[in-house]
Amino acid sequence: MSAISPAAHPVHGKPLRQRLSRALLYAVMIALALWFLLPVYLLLITAFKDFSEVSLSRMWDLPTRLSLESFDRAWNGGQGTTGMRGSFLNSVLVVVPATVISCLLGSMNGYVLSKWKFRGSETLFTLILFGMFIPYQSILVPLVMVLSAIGLYASLPGLILTHVVYGIPITTLIFRNYYANVPTELVEAGQIDGAGFFSIYRRILLPLSAPGFVVVAIWQFTSIWNEFLFGLIITNDPRLRPVTVALQNMSGSQFTQWNVQMAGALIVAVPTLLVYIFLGRYFLRGLLAGSLKG
Amino acid sequence: MKSERKLTRRQALKLFGAGAASAALAACAAPAAQPGGQPAQQPQQPEQPAQQPKRRLEIFSWWTNGGEADGLNAMYEVFLQKNPGVEIINATVAGGAGTNAKAVLQTRLAGGQPPDSWQVHAGRETLSYVNAGQVEPLTEFFTEKGFDKVMPQFLLDQLKINGEIWTVPVNIHRSNVLWYNPKVLEEAGIEPKFPTLDSLFAALEKLKAQGKVIPIAVGGKDKFEASHTFESILLAVFGVEDYIKLWDGTDTMWNDPRAAEALGQLKRLFSYANSDRAAQGWADAMTMVLEGKAAMTIMGDWAHGLGISKGAKVNQDYGWMPAPGSDAFMWLSDSFCLAKGAPNPNEARAWLEVCGSREGQDAFNPKKGSIPARTDPDLSKYDDYLKAAIADFASKPLVPSAAHGASTTNAYQAKFHNTLEVFSSDLDEKSALESLKEAVADNNR
Amino acid sequence: MAIARPALAAPVVRRRVLHRDRLIAVFMLLPSIIAIAVFVYGFIAYTAYVSMSNYTTARIDLSFVGLDHYVRLFGERRFQENIRNLVVFTLMFLAVCLVFGLVLALMVDARVKGESLFRSIYLFPMAISFIVTGVAWRWLFTPGDLEPTGINLLLERIGLGFLKARWITDTSVWPNLEVPGLKVRLMVPLAIVPVVIAAVWQMSGFAMAMFLAGLRSIPEEIKEAARVDGCSEWQLLRYIVLPMLRPVTLSAIVVLTHVSLKTFDLIMTMTGGGPGNKTELPSLYMYELRFSQFNTAQAAAVAMILLILVSLLTVPYLLYNRRAQSVEQ
Repeated sequence: MSAISPAAHPVHGKPLRQRLSRALLYAVMIALALWFLLPVYLLLITAFKDFSEVSLSRMWDLPTRLSLESFDRAWNGGQGTTGMRGSFLNSVLVVVPATVISCLLGSMNGYVLSKWKFRGSETLFTLILFGMFIPYQSILVPLVMVLSAIGLYASLPGLILTHVVYGIPITTLIFRNYYANVPTELVEAGQIDGAGFFSIYRRILLPLSAPGFVVVAIWQFTSIWNEFLFGLIITNDPRLRPVTVALQNMSGSQFTQWNVQMAGALIVAVPTLLVYIFLGRYFLRGLLAGSLKG
Repeated sequence: MKSERKLTRRQALKLFGAGAASAALAACAAPAAQPGGQPAQQPQQPEQPAQQPKRRLEIFSWWTNGGEADGLNAMYEVFLQKNPGVEIINATVAGGAGTNAKAVLQTRLAGGQPPDSWQVHAGRETLSYVNAGQVEPLTEFFTEKGFDKVMPQFLLDQLKINGEIWTVPVNIHRSNVLWYNPKVLEEAGIEPKFPTLDSLFAALEKLKAQGKVIPIAVGGKDKFEASHTFESILLAVFGVEDYIKLWDGTDTMWNDPRAAEALGQLKRLFSYANSDRAAQGWADAMTMVLEGKAAMTIMGDWAHGLGISKGAKVNQDYGWMPAPGSDAFMWLSDSFCLAKGAPNPNEARAWLEVCGSREGQDAFNPKKGSIPARTDPDLSKYDDYLKAAIADFASKPLVPSAAHGASTTNAYQAKFHNTLEVFSSDLDEKSALESLKEAVADNNR
Repeated sequence: MAIARPALAAPVVRRRVLHRDRLIAVFMLLPSIIAIAVFVYGFIAYTAYVSMSNYTTARIDLSFVGLDHYVRLFGERRFQENIRNLVVFTLMFLAVCLVFGLVLALMVDARVKGESLFRSIYLFPMAISFIVTGVAWRWLFTPGDLEPTGINLLLERIGLGFLKARWITDTSVWPNLEVPGLKVRLMVPLAIVPVVIAAVWQMSGFAMAMFLAGLRSIPEEIKEAARVDGCSEWQLLRYIVLPMLRPVTLSAIVVLTHVSLKTFDLIMTMTGGGPGNKTELPSLYMYELRFSQFNTAQAAAVAMILLILVSLLTVPYLLYNRRAQSVEQ
């Protein structure tokens, strides 16, 4: 997308007023960018500090030394801290399959609900969508009961299942809206050619689906990676915990060594940040292609 | 729609099979990160013969980090020396000011998945588990192991619910401590000696008039700071005997005019406190004292642990005294219970034996920064502050903390905290007293 | 399994194939239908039942008591505050997020240098959980007392000291309206403003992305034509661009509403609901009721009220969306 813009840059030769407003635009944008980066700056400088330097009154002071000790402790553990190394793998083992399954399920649902409408399918869609709004804090007990009953409590598959299920509404919404933009004539043409349900999906819709998959994958990846409550409730063994829970566990029951905690926070944020930095433009392209335009 | 009936039964079955298969796919397509649905079986000691049934023990606590985690691990080591080959599942949960741990525990209990033993504040906080039939009585266990002979009788009495003991206390913390910055007080010309509330207020007034530091730092973000400060004031105003009666589950003492007086004193104390206390945790408040931005704060003796990890020295960089108005020892205690229907009851009992033992307590407490619940500790392992606390615990009258569950149920504590947190911001004595009276029934459930 | 058979050209056969495909379609939905039926509606039914039961202690007691818990909740000052906070938070969050997101999108779309850098910066907070940034926000908005801290200190240093405020420790409600029958004052508890700022920080990038997608899908010819007709840029925005952004806006509203109603971690780490419940949302109160007070039935009642509120907010949109879809076809 960045390819579109830099070429056209008609600043030279414009009247002063326009150049001023241009300067103002940049000033505002830069100020906003700084504001957006502020909390992260705070995390960074705190992570480099020694615990004795961490306090509200000295929060803006730069660290007196540049040490990676907090990061080392957050990652490898030590001095009573349990490192996040193991949890990182757990999160990957949850996020990857959950995201893949969410994408496939959402895509299939979207396909059916947009191209194979039947009586009541709109009502069904509305009912599925409503699932998005259920307050998770209220359903933890029945969730544990159901997962125990099917033997998935306290396991990563249980956590994956939960994320997939509560991801159904949003993934279905995105794919349905996305497929709604694919002309129905294409599908009809396929039917006339004798293509069945699956071959229409595979040969007509799937090849067009990449932007939709990107949006859903990014969305699910970040929300599952960042999710805390399910990870907390469903896993009981520290060896199975996802990173967000491991991060929370770095705060003691009494006081928290914020330098270590914030180093951990930065580590936790790395994968999702990378996703946004490198795939952000595809996310935008996916949105552009209609996945969330309603 | 009519022609749909043309579908043969075989076709329909086949289709249903496909649907069911994909349903199953959704449920199990997850790669076998963890074979089966069993909790955590990654064998830690591969030398263990595979056919021998694994002995396990799951301990639930909120000691996830720092000295508390070190202490817990030290206790595990003691356990493993005595019970080699047992695999310990250290189910710890922190964060959310303790509510996360309770959330996990509650969902597990309600979902029929109890850990073998879990951490609970000794005393009335255990009541709800007792009433719900979720824990086993341990009175006989206490006699059997001789714990009843090595813990203060007064503590044992305060542990009893329905005539039975339900948990094994591993440590004691003191709640009513005033921490101060000696340098700040010296510069202000104040002698650090506040035996009464009036002497405290005189000092605070002086500090406020000088206007160089916050006279008394108070937190609020962790929800319990206001109620924590309040319980020390209640003790000062009511005295030992009547203070204990406050928590008997009736509103008798709350109708006493001294209840309103105590709230008035707290309000007065807040007028010398930092105005941004709603955003500060107790640790921020203590940090202000350590940095000399505030003169003092009232907090439990875990603040001493914070001081140490900030590189400060007790009696030098910071001093302490009992919170003004009473020199009684207001205790709270972390303890472990035995789950009813514990998956591994024998291991759980072996664990509780370690919890109550001298060896276990002396392994745990020096690291955690608390004192043993037993009267026979190995003093050489404890630092100066803890030695003093051990001496006070043995000699002063003991009163239970309300803000930390020794004399309050979970339900009551939550309301107590919230009422005082609201009071800290709106300073409305009348509505605070009303809520406190309304809540008393919760101290029975 | 359904590889096309080219021989099936006769209309009857094709129709049969079509019907078979219809069934396959429905069956492919089954996993999701079952999952949603159990994990959403099953749990809602369970919650609804518990909310009318006597399950108020750790002991499970499902005997029926009716609507007592609801009646008690509505009479509670704390719960009334929760609802006020939720409404205020959601409305402010939505409004600010949308406006701010639109402004960001217009700026990024104005053919600026380093567009992709700006875009990444505005979008990245979405990638970060409040578990990670919540504490940083609390620190930022801790005002300090004798000496300013956080944002206040920063403002003072850059010469904007007049903007200093009490942020998350402000206990006042503006304009502090008294309404007969209510135990709370309306409307905006000022302490909620910093919470909205933090939430906007996280989600405005998403709004920007949506609007950017919307803007870029408006054909350049339409804008050109309007300019040729003498439209000013402002009129262009007002009469051409904004109306064409409506579908995107609606989708953004659904997603943002869902985010705002789920807000939990942010409040938990940033304010804990304080000062004096001024920033507490029903989700936090529910958590406390269930897990600190062990009052499962009362917590379930909060959950049900929350769900009903959500329905009031979202069902009109869902229906509107449905009607719009069917008109399109």
